[in-house]
Amino acid sequence: MIGLEQYLIVSALLFSLGMMGVILRRNLIVIYMGLELMLNAANLALVSFSRFTDTIDGQVMVFFVITVAAAEVAVGLALIVALYRKRQTTEVGDLTSLKL
Amino acid sequence: MQELLFYIFSALTLICGFLVVANPFTRNPVTSAMFLVLTIVSMAGLFVLLNAFFLAAVQVMVYAGAVIVLFLFVIMLLDVKEVERQHYNLFGVVLGLLGLLSVGGMLIKAILASGVGKDLHPHMEGTTKDLGMKLFTDYVLPFEIMGVLLLVGMIGVILLSKKNLR
Repeated sequence: MIGLEQYLIVSALLFSLGMMGVILRRNLIVIYMGLELMLNAANLALVSFSRFTDTIDGQVMVFFVITVAAAEVAVGLALIVALYRKRQTTEVGDLTSLKL
Repeated sequence: MQELLFYIFSALTLICGFLVVANPFTRNPVTSAMFLVLTIVSMAGLFVLLNAFFLAAVQVMVYAGAVIVLFLFVIMLLDVKEVERQHYNLFGVVLGLLGLLSVGGMLIKAILASGVGKDLHPHMEGTTKDLGMKLFTDYVLPFEIMGVLLLVGMIGVILLSKKNLR
């Protein structure tokens, strides 16, 4: 029998994987993918809570999270493109000065 | 059957998620994006197992459709060469893995210790109709605000991608 714990454990593992991507990788785009993984892990936790507590509010929340994540990705990638135009790099190690 | 599918989908999610962030064979961002597609599709499978059919469809359409295409567009637009920056900072890798293991272990230990799933049974039949009713009655204000947010995001992206940023 698959209970709530199993889903939450998968969610926790996926969250830590996303966090590992944010910490370990130095390419800005891959860091963004790590952020997406973390958002998805939270979505999985919300959907499983919704299923196991007999309320649909969790699913509505996930709907909003997906919408906000789409907007966030668009803005973030536009920022990366603007940064690349100025500095010709997407490595975080090269972005050490505040001044453009 | 359901248990088998749960194990298959969660294993796929976790393995592909790992290959997104730490692929041992290549550090090409396009490979990471492709594994992100696999992660998201198998997560849609988990959503189906949780009876969230509409969200599974939205997940595939929005993430695997729109977001990944955006990622690939940017990767190819920037034409990032993965130059020979392969020198791993060993200290950073060890510290990162340590932090990862502690966070993951902490979360899992907390989940198991809290007994959160005790005598909870999966009985919510969340049909798309229920979701729509909830969305357009109780959550209609956040829904409208979300529309405004998407508009603001769109204008922001257009402004940011102008050639001479002032």
